[in-house]
Amino acid sequence: MPDPLLTLEGVHTHIGRYHILQGVDFEVPRGSFTVLLGRNGAGKTTTLRTIMGLWKASQGNIRFAGQDMTARPTPEIAAAGIAYIPENMSVFSGLTVRENLLLAARAGKIDATRLEWIFSLFPAMQRFFGSAAGTLSGGQKQMLAIARALIEPRDLILVDEPTKGLAPAIVANMIKAFREVKNAGATVLLVEQNFMAAKMLGDAVAVMDDGRIVHRGAMAELAADHALQHRLLGLHMDAHQ
Amino acid sequence: MTDRTAEREETALASPPIDWIPILIPVAVALIALPLIGSFSTWVTLTVAALAMGMIIFIMASGLTLVFGLMDVINFGHGVFISVGAYMSLLVLRPLTGWVESPSLALNIGVLVLCILVAMAVSGMFGLVFERLIIRPVYRQHLKQILVTMGGLIIIEQLLHVFFGGSPITIALPQNFRGGLAIGPDMIVERYRLIAVVIGVAVFLAMMLVLNRTRIGLLVRAGVENPEMVEALGYRIRRLFVGVFAAGSALAGLGGVMWGFYQQTLTIGMGLQVLVLIFIVVIIGGLGSIGGCLIGSLLVALVANYTAFLEPKIALISNIALMLVVLMWRPQGLYPVVKV
Repeated sequence: MPDPLLTLEGVHTHIGRYHILQGVDFEVPRGSFTVLLGRNGAGKTTTLRTIMGLWKASQGNIRFAGQDMTARPTPEIAAAGIAYIPENMSVFSGLTVRENLLLAARAGKIDATRLEWIFSLFPAMQRFFGSAAGTLSGGQKQMLAIARALIEPRDLILVDEPTKGLAPAIVANMIKAFREVKNAGATVLLVEQNFMAAKMLGDAVAVMDDGRIVHRGAMAELAADHALQHRLLGLHMDAHQ
Repeated sequence: MTDRTAEREETALASPPIDWIPILIPVAVALIALPLIGSFSTWVTLTVAALAMGMIIFIMASGLTLVFGLMDVINFGHGVFISVGAYMSLLVLRPLTGWVESPSLALNIGVLVLCILVAMAVSGMFGLVFERLIIRPVYRQHLKQILVTMGGLIIIEQLLHVFFGGSPITIALPQNFRGGLAIGPDMIVERYRLIAVVIGVAVFLAMMLVLNRTRIGLLVRAGVENPEMVEALGYRIRRLFVGVFAAGSALAGLGGVMWGFYQQTLTIGMGLQVLVLIFIVVIIGGLGSIGGCLIGSLLVALVANYTAFLEPKIALISNIALMLVVLMWRPQGLYPVVKV
């Protein structure tokens, strides 16, 4: 297995008086597509937000590319090479698609080759390049959120439930796009409840429950073991199969 | 995806139409007032006076709306930067009385520009210190913000007391800015009011230019919507907060100079006196919206001027009534900024 790009060791996170992450341990190998699965409230989103420094880990260690990120502020974590696509997409509605991308391009200008690649992933983006992001549909906003993370080369992309609430055809497009991102060699940590999508994309998988990792392994193994799927993911996940 | 869903995805691409209704409201108010006032020349005088007053209010309020929108800070101390700005003009006017009384237009403009520069620099510096000492410990705590910013306002007001005394101070307009300018039969417009309109328009255009054509502006607009995501993209939002707060304080200082010349009398509490009006404008316009702030300022000034002429007793409540009507129509203000 390649060396880990991201390592979480015994990470605990408190939000107010709630103890959400209760000792999370897992690794994201460099160049892999790792999927974090688990039921609602298991702590998946909190894990991503803790990695990004949006919620501070109260205990434990987060290492990225050999550097300790645990107590670093969010802008430093982003500058170190981690892109984050939140669950609610968080595109800037009042800004145009171009401006959203320009903001994410920290060099101050959009690389033309990279933009062409993004247009090839999401052809619709080219048409609404000058439109305000607030006028886009849910699927288009999700494409923009992903494009924003791809506009510059990043070492790690954190994605939080990109298929949530989207029509099946758009989900299929998104899976196709993520496959291309994967083929381009990106390292991705994806939080997903849609097991079908997770199965199609993931190399490695970690399953969370009650703020802890309860299973780690290859996605192919989990995909082949229905009993394990049922035990770890329950009926909720079966519904997506 | 069904065809209908796909169609919805495609049709969502249309550009958003410009919301013209708020822009047309001040025009409509002015046109409605014309027959009620009766005399065209009086209407012109009142309207130009309102535009000047509106522009000065806009200059004072624009900084507050950005601070409100971007930083989510309720800064009751904003008013004191207006007073500081106005009093800083004394540092220029007293030693340069000759420039004020000179018939030379260049010297008159020079003294006004110096007043503005000194006022903006000092107010901006006060803003930096205010943000560091008073605002920073109470981010995301609205009740404490109200209390400590009021406290900060009182402290700085008392400092002005110590240095300039408590009595009102009369200031004179530079020679060429005094008196009126005939723009038609029986129509005289005060020169200073025209200058205030020009400076207000210049400030508005400069702000729009910065917000829409620069990277800093892009960050501010994004930060008003979702500061957390701006941080997740790798930008230090705190630095932006400090910069915007200082710029907002400097703009209040500029407004203070303009307001001081408008009233031709400086009092320590002049900033506090207009603070309610400024909050009304910011709320009417939509928190964080510069365009809304401009429309709100003009609307407040027009309504105040017309009602003061037509029914002076109603003028006392006209602004509150205006805010009530606007909020019943658009609870988030004329141009609500979408926040995540």
